[in-house]
Amino acid sequence: MSDALLSLNGVHTHIGPYHILQGVDLEVPRGGVTVLLGRNGAGKTTTLRTIMGLWQASKGTIQFDGTEIQKETTPAIAQREIAFVPEDMGIFTDLTVHENMLLAARNSAIDEERLGWIFGLFPPLKTFWQSAAGNLSGGQKQMLAVARAIIEPRKLILIDEPTKGLAPAIINAMIAALKELKEMQTTILLVEQNFSMARAVGDTVAVMDDGQIVYSGAMAELAADAGLQERLMGLSLEAHQ
Amino acid sequence: MSDSLIKPRIERPSFSQMIEAKAPLLLVPVLMVIGLFAIGSGSTWLTLTAAGLAMGMMIFIMASGLTVIFGLMDVINFGHGAFISLGAFAGFTILGLLGGWIESPSIALNLGAVLLAVAFAMLVTGLAGYGFERLIVKPVYGQHLKQILVTMGGLVVTQQLIYVIWGPDEIVLARPAAFQGSFVVLGAAIEKYRVLAIVIGLALFVAMRLVLNRTRIGLLVRAGVQNGEMVEALGYPIEKLFLAVFMVGCALAGLGGVMWGMYQETITAHMGAEVMISVFIVVIIGGLGSIEGCFIGAMLVGLLTNYTGFLIPKLALVSTILLMGAVLMWRPQGLYPVVKAH
Repeated sequence: MSDALLSLNGVHTHIGPYHILQGVDLEVPRGGVTVLLGRNGAGKTTTLRTIMGLWQASKGTIQFDGTEIQKETTPAIAQREIAFVPEDMGIFTDLTVHENMLLAARNSAIDEERLGWIFGLFPPLKTFWQSAAGNLSGGQKQMLAVARAIIEPRKLILIDEPTKGLAPAIINAMIAALKELKEMQTTILLVEQNFSMARAVGDTVAVMDDGQIVYSGAMAELAADAGLQERLMGLSLEAHQ
Repeated sequence: MSDSLIKPRIERPSFSQMIEAKAPLLLVPVLMVIGLFAIGSGSTWLTLTAAGLAMGMMIFIMASGLTVIFGLMDVINFGHGAFISLGAFAGFTILGLLGGWIESPSIALNLGAVLLAVAFAMLVTGLAGYGFERLIVKPVYGQHLKQILVTMGGLVVTQQLIYVIWGPDEIVLARPAAFQGSFVVLGAAIEKYRVLAIVIGLALFVAMRLVLNRTRIGLLVRAGVQNGEMVEALGYPIEKLFLAVFMVGCALAGLGGVMWGMYQETITAHMGAEVMISVFIVVIIGGLGSIEGCFIGAMLVGLLTNYTGFLIPKLALVSTILLMGAVLMWRPQGLYPVVKAH
């Protein structure tokens, strides 16, 4: 039996007249980081949104922890202990940092010990705890988006391009945070275009093209094989580090 | 990660930005001062100001539900006026049953009658709102043109139902004895009912702010106004929140209907549709979805209507439209626009 926490089998997604996902097969093993790579428009974001139920799969099955979830509503999926960090971060800009975190901690009050750990990962959140989130810089907003996803232990965290447009120092902070989460055996499905980031944190990798998974395997294998990168993505990932 | 890697830096607003942000708060006092100089007589100004604030509070009560519904659900509800009329008629029914209480010289009995009428009106309009949302609004979420058409249809149907139940004639809605007449303050005659309207309006505003800012439900509503999809992704079923907010919005319209009916002392099936022009102006001036903006907008509309009605009666009808135009030229999205994620 597979040890996958999340499995997508032949998943298709239509958005209006567009057929975006065209039979996605993907397995996300427990306790590691799976990176989803692919060019723009390959279907990576759609895959995450389909898993979350924000767009309905028109065909295929999505199994999470042994249960099919493709017909469930987004809140029901989130309540299965799945956290989602969207590409636009989804920050509530009129709410304070504190209020954003309070909403994410839906089961109870915020755990002070865990909050201290998050402040250690992302110190600016402590500094601006009572500030409106809209006043934060782009990097700080991304920290808040990730912090919201980890304010309570979750079985699976879906993160969509957390380093997009960020300065190297912030990217390093993200890498450090994801590595700590890995050490805590948190399962993460990460959409990423920054290959340095992907290689630094990824255990397994899947490459998408035209709405399908065209490769999946160990990150180490892909990182070591420039020819494979060339074949899969039409360019050498090494050249884009 | 060390602190040295990321140096916290917040983009603090400049002085001019802070003034710009707070400027709407000055509009009401500035208008009152202008009114004082234009009217000249202190006692007349006081009477008109009390009337304006009372009118503004009642419009705020009716508009607050509409603005929250729009802000959270992105629904343009042209049927909101139906709940104002329905609330007035439901309140009338209770006041009719409590005729003895209304005519009694006891303030307690008078207040009791008003409170029961208001409670019944809010119950009826809240439940009607449930049916309205499920049957009429839910199928057209995200489709503004259809929303306008079907909610207008809902308004017409509700008006016809009022004709069926209460008849087509204008009905006199008597105020309880304790709220009839006026008293004199600093030489100015101030109607007792207007004081009651101001008290209820202020209480509602404070209560709404407390609920929105101090409770988890309020936090969810504020978050949902900005980004409903993310609220769902955090695990909260926003559809239930939509329904609850719609019902509360309709109940507030019902409360406003009772208050407005007693203010006008007559009620008709189309009274809600008539007052909706002022309600929409207030919601637009305030910024769609903003309670604070709605409150300030309502005060401005109430005061301006009364001042111009006294100074230049012919201008009274268009003064609020001119006000709306001026505000939109200054702030195209209203006084306190709600920032939406999408």
